[in-house]
Amino acid sequence: MDIVVCIKRVPAFGAQVPLTDDGLAVDTRHLGFTIGPHEECAVEEAVRLAAAHGGRVTVLTVGPEEAGEQLRYALAMGAHQGVLVDTGTTDLDPEATATAVLAGLADEPAPDLLLFGDASADAGHGQVGVRVALACGLPIVGGVTGIEAESGAVPENGAVAENGAVTENGATLRATRDTPGGTEVFGLSVPAAVAVKEGLNLPRYPTLPGRLKAKKAALRTVTCGPEPGGLRTLGLRRPADDRAGAIPLGRGADAAPAVVDVLAELGKV
Amino acid sequence: MQLIVVADGQVVPELPAVARSLASRDEPVEAVAFAGTGVPAGDVAGELGGYGVSRLHVVRHELLDEYGPEAWGSALATVIDWLGPAGVLASASHRDTEVLTHAAARAGLPLATNCVRLAGEEDGSGAWRLTRTRSGGVLLEDAELTAPVKLATVAAAVETPQVPLQPADCEVTESAVDVPPELARTRVAERVASETGLSLSTAPVVVSGGRGVGGAEGFVVLEELAERLGGVVGCSRVATNNGWRPHRDQVGLTGTKIAADLYIACGISGATQHWVGCMDSAAILAINTDPEAPMMQRATYAVEGDVHEVVPAVLAEIRRRADGAAGSGRSGVEEPAPAGSSRR
Ligand SMILES: Cc1cc2nc3c(=O)[nH]c(=O)nc-3n(C[C@H](O)[C@H](O)[C@H](O)COP(=O)(O)OP(=O)(O)OC[C@H]3O[C@@H](n4cnc5c(N)ncnc54)[C@H](O)[C@@H]3O)c2cc1C
Repeated sequence: MDIVVCIKRVPAFGAQVPLTDDGLAVDTRHLGFTIGPHEECAVEEAVRLAAAHGGRVTVLTVGPEEAGEQLRYALAMGAHQGVLVDTGTTDLDPEATATAVLAGLADEPAPDLLLFGDASADAGHGQVGVRVALACGLPIVGGVTGIEAESGAVPENGAVAENGAVTENGATLRATRDTPGGTEVFGLSVPAAVAVKEGLNLPRYPTLPGRLKAKKAALRTVTCGPEPGGLRTLGLRRPADDRAGAIPLGRGADAAPAVVDVLAELGKV
Repeated sequence: MQLIVVADGQVVPELPAVARSLASRDEPVEAVAFAGTGVPAGDVAGELGGYGVSRLHVVRHELLDEYGPEAWGSALATVIDWLGPAGVLASASHRDTEVLTHAAARAGLPLATNCVRLAGEEDGSGAWRLTRTRSGGVLLEDAELTAPVKLATVAAAVETPQVPLQPADCEVTESAVDVPPELARTRVAERVASETGLSLSTAPVVVSGGRGVGGAEGFVVLEELAERLGGVVGCSRVATNNGWRPHRDQVGLTGTKIAADLYIACGISGATQHWVGCMDSAAILAINTDPEAPMMQRATYAVEGDVHEVVPAVLAEIRRRADGAAGSGRSGVEEPAPAGSSRR
């Protein structure tokens, strides 16, 4: 099963989010970066699926040259190759990002499975997967926290798999997701796209040999300057925080009576 | 026309007000629901009428009887094409957002998700000015939406515009719609009802632990405290990543967003990605060895100390008072609540 995973480089900020002077972006000069947690799970799932069923894992990212760092992290986790769609920035609107992803996919063999994170950890539009899948003619289900490939079960063309999904070229996937109304189960036949959420699995930490190998790996770079879509960012700001400072209830075990007073006041004991 | 999408079967009261504020004087506010929405159209129409919505379009197709993001999104794109609304609004619920996203992609239109403020053009451009949340609410983004049809999902925390809503007789119009047969591929194949009982997102009290709890076994006392307080246990991403707790317990940006009566953060530093998950709670109690930890600054109450000492001491104090109350014969006599509850 050949899999392409689309990942995003996002700033890993702590207790405060610094903004640039013009208020247009997060000031990342003193910040580290990471793969969005949903996408990290997507990479992990892809590596496991490829290990179990064969196939190659390609990671693709849209961003500045530095986003190669996130591709290499995914390679260190076990992905086989990386594609950097160099747009100079990750601050694109969802339509433009989808266009850039498609530019990166254009020269890749069509994958059996296209994975996305459910929404990026920073902008959080949650649209890129759907827009790309539609352009590729692939079915997509989002918010997925469980994927099971019917292993070995490779029904004939058009056969109906056990879970009811009609398959055209073999593998079927059982994708589950939690919604407020309960768990929804989908039966997808590949090729398909899935947008996943953290909780799907516990991503591995890359091994040292993995990191060393990834460091030397060649990335394929595609340059792309997508047309902007209809949603334009005018500025970012921090919401007003009107919480007054915390009321100290004391130190250590001695604070217990004061804590229980508060619990009683709140009607909890 | 401004169009409200009711994919979830729930009419969110803020939506008609936002739609009205975006509409020009005589422009109608109408709504669209799907035959498979699950709530009788008459009920939805009655409720919408109360908010001044004058028509409910119910779209029918056999593929719409069970939910499927592609089929429903495709049907909505068709309706948008038929009706040519100026704006299309839905709630920020999972399903509403998904249907709008699919419709936007199919119609080739932009979409603004998670908006907390929406306003019409200020400069004759026809664009909408809006504010949406980013990173789960850590940041607000001011943006401009320019499109022939403007699509947006509206967060629960939206500023509700103060506009008069004239109750209307909401007429129900049923229409058959074409849905490409291959879109059956993403219909829900099976449903498993969620477990009944308290869940992280609905529990009135959440006792949460982070790195400071030190390991899976450290959560035993947190479980006990949660049970005492009628709540559940939550955790930070460090606890999840270390395998101390399952991910369904994780509070935060990539976990669950909660709004409890009381959130107790034990050994959690209060990184923004965690904070956005708990900040809507009415009261927050932080227990941390580091008085400078952001959680200790932003909480409602703070105890400086080791969770391994503070939590057992709190449990002992609760037990002591409960025993005391029982011993004095006051328990359960004058109030129906459980022994010791809400006694000042
Ligand atoms: C894109 C992204 C998304 C993320 N999503 C989430 C999310 O959904 N949820 C989430 O929680 N995090 C999330 N994180 C991680 C987040 O940034 C923090 O790393 C994490 O919340 C820290 O967890 P913690 O507070 O348990 O650990 P730490 O930050 O290490 O804090 C531990 C705290 O415990 C205190 N402590 C230590 N020992 C004791 C003791 N014995 N008694 C009392 N206090 C003690 C310390 O003083 C410290 O304040 C995300 C990060 C990124 C980059």
